[in-house]
Amino acid sequence: MNITRISAIFLRYFYLVRGNFQRLVQMFVWATFDVILWGFITKYLGGVAEGGIAAVSTLLGAIMLWDFLTRAMQGVSTPFLEDVWARNLLNMFASPLKQGEYIIALAAISVCTSLIGLVVMLVLAYAFFGYSLFSLGLMLVPFIFTLFLSGIALGIFATSVLLRLGPSSEWFIWPMPVVLSPFVGIFYPISVLPQWMQAVSRVLPPTYVFEGMRAALLEGQFSISSLGIGLGLSLGYVALAYVIFVRTYRKAVKSGAVARYSAESFS
Amino acid sequence: MPVLEVKNLRKEYGDTVGVEDLSFTVARGEIVGLLGPNGAGKTTTISTILAVLEPTRGSIRIDGRDVQRERSAALSATNFAAVYAQLPGNLTVEQNMRIFGMLYTVPHLEKRIREVIKEFELERFADTKAGVLSSGEQTRVSLAKAMLNEPRLLLLDEPTASLDPSTARVIREQIRAYASSGKGGILWTSHNMFEVEAVCDRVLFLSKGKILLEGDPKKLPQEHGTPNLEELFIKVAREPLSVSVE
Repeated sequence: MNITRISAIFLRYFYLVRGNFQRLVQMFVWATFDVILWGFITKYLGGVAEGGIAAVSTLLGAIMLWDFLTRAMQGVSTPFLEDVWARNLLNMFASPLKQGEYIIALAAISVCTSLIGLVVMLVLAYAFFGYSLFSLGLMLVPFIFTLFLSGIALGIFATSVLLRLGPSSEWFIWPMPVVLSPFVGIFYPISVLPQWMQAVSRVLPPTYVFEGMRAALLEGQFSISSLGIGLGLSLGYVALAYVIFVRTYRKAVKSGAVARYSAESFS
Repeated sequence: MPVLEVKNLRKEYGDTVGVEDLSFTVARGEIVGLLGPNGAGKTTTISTILAVLEPTRGSIRIDGRDVQRERSAALSATNFAAVYAQLPGNLTVEQNMRIFGMLYTVPHLEKRIREVIKEFELERFADTKAGVLSSGEQTRVSLAKAMLNEPRLLLLDEPTASLDPSTARVIREQIRAYASSGKGGILWTSHNMFEVEAVCDRVLFLSKGKILLEGDPKKLPQEHGTPNLEELFIKVAREPLSVSVE
């Protein structure tokens, strides 16, 4: 691992964000709208619900955490897409840069961009709705860490899809978190899901975060072992996503897809 | 030891053979021209040397390092400029130099950036985004990037294609001087036979993925009964069977 090469990828994204207002704003504009929208929904539901105010208020926290996971994923896939859009993949992959260094750099970018989004959401939620995720106390740390790892894994997987299917598959990766959202219990406990959906839920790390958050806020307790499973699964998914990326890259080098990446799609 | 050693290189795309049993070397201080009609296998050869395309068979060593086994170390001693690999247009010239200088872990990078920017007369564009430059200026930016790490092996795929004749001559002289300094060897592809004759010490004619001819570009035309290199190129492209490997 070479820290200078990792820093080069990081610096490139910093230059892009610094030099372009739209890139800077997109880091927190959707997070802002999500907090405002769900803040008011929570406020309204809190007013009409009888005895369920606590349950309703968990909605806003869940939305903030889910938004964080989405930002973490995009923090990985967007810098890769920047190389796709700038037709720069050949310059990158024909340099001494190693695949592992590239992925670590994308993850480092993701840490920064997703944390910026999270801080903006925390400030807005507290300022406008008096809601603080810090009411979760120290549990917030493993929750955030699990979601961050899940986002990174999803982001690495998304870059593999782009590498395998070509630039035209971009539309396919943006809704990936939405596809997962019904399974992970953001708005409801997974017990309301049919059995087959619950089976899927149990292999998805964010499920353990949202179930754990609800248990902590509504029942004042949560299972450490359950959170450990979530954390372990998310670590496993990062490793799996990296293996998939390396294999996809090797296949692309074999087929010539990297050398002619600007082509619309590959068969 | 040659800076580039290609041995029995073969690349198949399904049933199609891109290059077949290609073997050649490039010595330090030497400029070797890789010539051939479109589809002859030039870009396939360059892509395999840059490790963005895996050969079906054969080996490539850059400065003694196997490209497949020691990819990062081999590519540290390499750099390239190609018409199909412009640098990101959304970064300034200086930012591009810094990013690629870091990727190639160039020592004393800021000093080296100033040197290449001056060498390729890019001072007034240093803070300009590469995407708004003319195609000729962008080519100079790509060449500046290719020279950043003073590579042992420099790969140039039609480096002067979008330059005016005056600038092209200056660039040719700069690249010639780089080779003469003994810092590295150069593999050069071009369709400009005048340029090839002026610059290259040796040429390899590729046709249908095989080396058909090899030799001194100033002597080859006479040896094959053509008035100049361009006529020889046309002969090779149209009637590959009429010429043979010397």
